[in-house]
Amino acid sequence: MTIEFLVASAIGVLTAAGIYLILRFRTFPVILGTSFLSYAVNIYLFSTGRLIVGAPPVLQGYGDYTYTDPLPQALVLTAIVIGFGMTAVVLMIALAAYLSGGHDKIDMQDDDASEDRA
Amino acid sequence: MSHWIITPILLPTLLGAFIVLSVRHQVALQRVFSLVGLSLLLINALGLFVYAQSGDIWVYELGAWPAPFGIVIMLDRLSALMVLLTAVLAMCVMLYAIGSDWDKRGKHFHALFQFQLMGVIGAFMTGDAFNLFVFFEILLIASYGLMTFGGGTRRLQAGTQYVIYNLLGSTLFLFALGTLYNVTGTLNMADMAARIAVLEPEHTALLRVGVVMALMVFAVKAAILPLHFWLPESYAAGPAPVAALFAIMTKVGAYAILRMFTLAFPQDSPAIAGSYDVWLLPVIVISLAVGMIGILGAKSLSKMVAYAAIGSVGTLLIAIALFTPEATAAAIYYVVHSTLATAALFLIVDLIVSRRPQWQDTIREDRPMPQNGLVAAFYFAAAIAMAGMPPLSGFLGKLLILDAAVGNWWLWGAILITSLIAIMGFGRAGSLVFWKGYGLPETDAPAYEHPRQPLAFVAIGALMAGIVAMTVLAGPMHRFAIATAEQLYDTDAYISAVINNTMEESMAHEKDGSGHAPVDEHLLQTEGGEHGTDHPQEATDGHAGESH
Repeated sequence: MTIEFLVASAIGVLTAAGIYLILRFRTFPVILGTSFLSYAVNIYLFSTGRLIVGAPPVLQGYGDYTYTDPLPQALVLTAIVIGFGMTAVVLMIALAAYLSGGHDKIDMQDDDASEDRA
Repeated sequence: MSHWIITPILLPTLLGAFIVLSVRHQVALQRVFSLVGLSLLLINALGLFVYAQSGDIWVYELGAWPAPFGIVIMLDRLSALMVLLTAVLAMCVMLYAIGSDWDKRGKHFHALFQFQLMGVIGAFMTGDAFNLFVFFEILLIASYGLMTFGGGTRRLQAGTQYVIYNLLGSTLFLFALGTLYNVTGTLNMADMAARIAVLEPEHTALLRVGVVMALMVFAVKAAILPLHFWLPESYAAGPAPVAALFAIMTKVGAYAILRMFTLAFPQDSPAIAGSYDVWLLPVIVISLAVGMIGILGAKSLSKMVAYAAIGSVGTLLIAIALFTPEATAAAIYYVVHSTLATAALFLIVDLIVSRRPQWQDTIREDRPMPQNGLVAAFYFAAAIAMAGMPPLSGFLGKLLILDAAVGNWWLWGAILITSLIAIMGFGRAGSLVFWKGYGLPETDAPAYEHPRQPLAFVAIGALMAGIVAMTVLAGPMHRFAIATAEQLYDTDAYISAVINNTMEESMAHEKDGSGHAPVDEHLLQTEGGEHGTDHPQEATDGHAGESH
């Protein structure tokens, strides 16, 4: 079993789980789904610099060394930080919507809104 | 070296932080700082706009890291125009928010507003694809706060949808960027363009996937069907000044399409041909139709204006997706008009909502509201501009787009028929809301009193004055738009601006032997930083060699 297969299947499984969850009816599974998707994209970004095992992420002089591309690792770091912050924000807003509206359904209850106004 | 190019991003950043840290309890002081900051931003944007008239492309390397390894901020005519438009719009919206006391309905309106500006302006000026993602996130985070500003069940629920939708958009953007990086090995837009131009057409399957994913991300931002579902509910439920400011947000998506797809992913490039040019225009036409039919079908005024925003961006994107210099010039003229008209309509609807306590923005007859005549005059002027009837700039903009689309009868049909539908929708809503009320039987209920809010009318008047100025000065505006479009399609100049700048910089570095600046691109702090820079330097030389 190669590292490529492991990484690719991890991305695939996480994405599939994420997409299944974001199609759910209530906010909590949907937010979990976005988290799964962001894990998937982090691993995906990590693999975009090619998968090289056991090599440093820096060059050592100009010699003919094997190295792994450091940029995707930096991108993943940025993506993790942003994804973390975003998840916190969406949790807060979803919680506020739940407490204020009394339900955690993801879709707008269109008819209720117009009746309220009338 | 002048640093004025970075100040439109820095000023809102620092001001937002200052407001939230130091004056968060004094709304009056916040207003003063906001207005002073926006005035400075406006002057700064004007200065950059005048500079960009010369046709030079200004490349600014953050932390003096040479492109394509460091992040570059770029200023050309299009960026300068969009920054100026953002500054003008922000000023008008802020005046309205102050005049109507919207900013007192919750906390931190002014700080969030500044951060929003930082993200939008940054997105317009960055020359680095990953940095574009970061600025998208900044503007989104600020917009989440603004969208749910003031609270309320409906707004919070719409906000949840909005946040989740954009979270998915961001995830998709990361997938797209990863794919593009995988194929091209760079994230700098100009460098990416140079590398895609020399790619072998046989090995571009992944590239095409990345390009289409990027297009989908920008389509979410620009609310192209079928990725528009987030827009009507969130714009209608969000606070009106915020919705007006968000008139620029859909344009960020349109700008990103215009920038990336003229520069890096042109549809006639052999590496990309056939991946999106087949289906993009039909999809946009459908989204234009849905937007304009939505105007006719909406039950409330704010929903109606939200659909008008979709339709207006649809018209704009038709011009962009033709990808010819004439059509792009029309798009550049229309983007200014569309932003001002959409914002003005959102603000006018808010005037109506606050003057009709019983029915608010529901489209039905009601007793004449306070200042009925004045509000009605503004509404119909803005509706005429939005629907594209003469004499205002919407008409000229649509005329330019039709002129650029000669030969595509189905585009002509789509634009003309949807304009007619929009006219009917706006006319029906306006006559019901403003005029039908005079025929209602008299009641003995006291007339509804409402403060006159002169500043709010000044703000809307300023937006309308902008539309009138666009109409009167259509000649010079169009000449500017043509020059902008020519600059956009002269991609070699854009690419060589980045790469030559890098060569000059690296020569200067070698001459005076100065070290590398300590600012890193992506928060990467490793011990091998010095070694890491050796690799970029080597690759820069190699790349510069290729391009000669």
